[in-house]
Amino acid sequence: MSDIGVTIRRHRGLGYGLVAWLAGIVFFLPIAWMALTSFHSEADAATNPPSFGASLTLDGYREFFGSGGGASPWPALINSTVASLVSTLCVLLLALPAAYALSIRRVRKWTDVLFFFLSTKMLPVVAGLLPIYLFAKNTGMLDNIWLLVILYTSMNLPIAVWMMQSFLAEVPVAVIEAAQIDGARLPTILARVVAPIALPGIAATALICFIFSWNELLFARVLTGVVAETAPVFLTGFITSQGLFLAKVCAASLVISLPVLAAGFAAQDKLVQGLSLGAVK
Amino acid sequence: MRTPSRRRPRATLAAAAAGTLLAPLLSGCWAGAGGTGSGGDAINVLMVNNPQMTELQKLTAAHFTRETGIKVNFTVLPENDVRDKISQDFANQAGQYDVATLSNYEIPIYARNGWLHEMNSYVAKDPSYDEQDVLQPMRESLTGDDGKLYGQPFYGESSFLMYRKDVFAAKGLTMPAHPTWQQVADLAAKADGARSGMRGICLRGLPGWGEVMAPLTTVVNTFGGTWFDKDWTARLDSPAFVKATKFYVGLVREHGESGAAQSGFAECLNNMTQGKVAMWYDATSAAGLLEADGSPVKGKLGYAPAPVERTKSSGWLYTWAWGIQQASRNPDKAWKFVSWASSKGYEQLVGETSGWSDVPAGKRASTYTNAAYRASAAAFQEMTKEAIENSRPNDPGVQPRPAPGIQFVGIPEFTDLGTKVSQEISSAIAGRQSTDSALKKSQQLAERISKEYEGR
Amino acid sequence: MTATTAPYAATPVRASRQPSARLRAWATRAPLLPALVFMIAVTQLPFVATLVISFFDWNALYPKARHFTGLDNYHQVMTDADLRHSVWTTVLLTVTVVLVSLVLGLALALLLNHRFRGRGIVRTLLIAPFLVVPVAAALLWKHVLYNPEYGLLNGLLHYVGGPQPDWISRMPLLAVEASLVWQWTPFMMLILLAGLQSRDPEQIEAARVDGASDWQIFRHLTLPHLRRYLELGALLGSIYIVQNFDAVFTITSGGLGTANLPYTVYQSFYQAHENGLASAAGVLVVIGSIIIATFALRVVSSLFREEASRA
Repeated sequence: MSDIGVTIRRHRGLGYGLVAWLAGIVFFLPIAWMALTSFHSEADAATNPPSFGASLTLDGYREFFGSGGGASPWPALINSTVASLVSTLCVLLLALPAAYALSIRRVRKWTDVLFFFLSTKMLPVVAGLLPIYLFAKNTGMLDNIWLLVILYTSMNLPIAVWMMQSFLAEVPVAVIEAAQIDGARLPTILARVVAPIALPGIAATALICFIFSWNELLFARVLTGVVAETAPVFLTGFITSQGLFLAKVCAASLVISLPVLAAGFAAQDKLVQGLSLGAVK
Repeated sequence: MRTPSRRRPRATLAAAAAGTLLAPLLSGCWAGAGGTGSGGDAINVLMVNNPQMTELQKLTAAHFTRETGIKVNFTVLPENDVRDKISQDFANQAGQYDVATLSNYEIPIYARNGWLHEMNSYVAKDPSYDEQDVLQPMRESLTGDDGKLYGQPFYGESSFLMYRKDVFAAKGLTMPAHPTWQQVADLAAKADGARSGMRGICLRGLPGWGEVMAPLTTVVNTFGGTWFDKDWTARLDSPAFVKATKFYVGLVREHGESGAAQSGFAECLNNMTQGKVAMWYDATSAAGLLEADGSPVKGKLGYAPAPVERTKSSGWLYTWAWGIQQASRNPDKAWKFVSWASSKGYEQLVGETSGWSDVPAGKRASTYTNAAYRASAAAFQEMTKEAIENSRPNDPGVQPRPAPGIQFVGIPEFTDLGTKVSQEISSAIAGRQSTDSALKKSQQLAERISKEYEGR
Repeated sequence: MTATTAPYAATPVRASRQPSARLRAWATRAPLLPALVFMIAVTQLPFVATLVISFFDWNALYPKARHFTGLDNYHQVMTDADLRHSVWTTVLLTVTVVLVSLVLGLALALLLNHRFRGRGIVRTLLIAPFLVVPVAAALLWKHVLYNPEYGLLNGLLHYVGGPQPDWISRMPLLAVEASLVWQWTPFMMLILLAGLQSRDPEQIEAARVDGASDWQIFRHLTLPHLRRYLELGALLGSIYIVQNFDAVFTITSGGLGTANLPYTVYQSFYQAHENGLASAAGVLVVIGSIIIATFALRVVSSLFREEASRA
């Protein structure tokens, strides 16, 4: 390839870089502005033109963390953590064997089973809300974090089964056969052969399940109260029809999004790998 | 009670699900189901996120809990969310919450369904609470069909007109002592643009039966219109209703705030505080916030009664009141909390700790004889008390009504009807359809309710 | 198909050596059963209950007046103009958001597939919107960006002397869509980026040596390769956006013609308290979803066929 070609490509690369940077900034601007607003006083947060240079304060965060007798966000944050982590764990425990039966050692009509899982994802959640509420009320499970764990598990299970099925399907059959001929037992095969290949996919699945559980609002709104309130419900409590609340809400939004942001940023490579459905070689 | 259910075998869970869901439904017996309410020395309170409530939340631990040993768990939600949640918890008598903030719209309806604990017995045993001090229209609007009390007001409000005295003076405008809506429209036209970026008047346009419908219905009342006639005929297409709505939509479109279709109380409060409007017709409780320390418009405001046309007064009546759920396991402790929060002593406490402008006022006659409060709220306290006392919740218009309520119709269906109609009106304010077409659709919605009520 | 991809499925030869073929089949099914039973219990039983409730005239505010009405609720729901309108809104919302975020996501993925300074940082900036809690994102757009008085959009317009439009009233559905596109574009981008990175570099280099232009490579090599990923993005996106509740509830409260199906059903439960009517609407939505899902799953099945042929 000629030198000129390389130079042209390099210049074009510069252009792509510029456009990409611009796009990145545009997409991030609302979040940056939210972060800045969260450090402003309520009065500075609600001005036009916007007060970029207004003095910074931690009042929004103080208010969020319940200074001066307001409600503490910690129970809600802990509830969200429990619901998200435990439900993600349950999803993995249920989805892994299921995915195994749908990819490596396939049951008959495995595509139909997979379709069934996916189709439950298309049923509108609101339509089942009332029966679930009545069930919870009559079994004394209202305002109980374990009910959310069950529901979040069912919410994420179809996608997880589906994603993991495609990761496990990537495990070369020949390798498993060879191991079996060598006399390895099933647990050994799973741990030594299947796991290493499927692990990025499992990590991506877990991350996505965690994100969707952490974000869930509708079930949490309807089914929790004092004890099991989750972080997104706590966040909506900051909206008031009287008085200003922008800085407070920005601070709260940021803190509540932080676990997901951190996890997402840290695992973005895994996420890309995982979402490729095992096709990345 | 809170057994971690994931340990339960799945088959049992499934069977339990089927059984518990269907059995009570089919047999039709709901009563007696135990809730997940609080036990022991704690009560659960569900309340709307207004500044007076957050203030209460902050003062509870250090005062109420310390004095009585009763712990109070609060859930605070914005108005729309809190209504959804309260109706769900109370309608199913789930008993998650012992006490909730209800308005004078819900209390008679809930009382009729047996969802609320009556309060007469408590009031009778508690002379220090001084029930007779509570303003007459308030007590009247919190009484059930059976004549018993079912709620205690936390704060109350009517509506009036707020305007910028300084802007009016600079433009040579004067506010009549008892303005009519036509006069207000003329003033709005003249004050529009009095300063750069200042509009004539702020009126709510946000969808919601408690948002745009509240001020609009008071305008309809005084223009001679009504939602329903005595015999439940829907009258949203009557000339008076149409004229009033066209007046309201026209006024807010021509001289109202920008973004009117998305403006509720909060947005208007901000507009008024930031000097973006010269007038504002809304709740009397706004005055306390506008005159609070640090407000840029403090001391610059004048107040006038709610504008009228064909009636003598037109202000609404609204109160956030405490209701105790019938299914509460701790009604006595709940009453202790209610009687503390609505007491004279609590007003005194707020006045001393955070200032008299933050007092949850508008419910007790004694508030208005308190020298400290009168001094702090000098600009508006007289006008507020008059507005509340002059409100006539059972006879707000020029014709007899089938159900109580000034800015609402006191029937269960109104939340849905009011919300749907408000969406049509809001869309007319946004200029997405004509007022005529909005009202035509609204009339059809209202006629469905007429059909259900005819002959009842 | 199963024979080539899953040699461990019970073959007749092996089964005959086992004590029971049936036992063997159950052993294969066993790992699947917990997940399957769990899903049936948690997602199907409530719908049975919804079905039962849908035959009752039951308003939560008239607890004593509950009675069986047969198909009355269905008749009322079918003739309800609001519900028909919300079906249309749901379709419009879903299609717009999925298509726009797929196109934007593809463009961004192609950009990110180039080497440039700070690529990692740009990727981090771009995925951030997907990681903001949806209700926080909706609040952010409604109050911090769109607000006509002090929102950032009008604030920036103010600097250039532009108009000060009232975004939500003037374009309510577009306002909801924009906030959703902002959240979902990064997700689409991630999927497509994964697709791009799984291309065979040798094949592309070979095409380039043969004198193929960038466009030709994109059209004949990249796009066919990305089809699977585009379909995956469309499927996952539709699943979540059809059900969207947070954005509609927060940004417009279902006003100005933006009420989608989930919001409308929610409204009849929680504002009208018409449990029977809402359940009937829910049942109809479920039937509609099943019909659409069958079509959507055709798409997925093409994914499987390709997968099977690769294996």
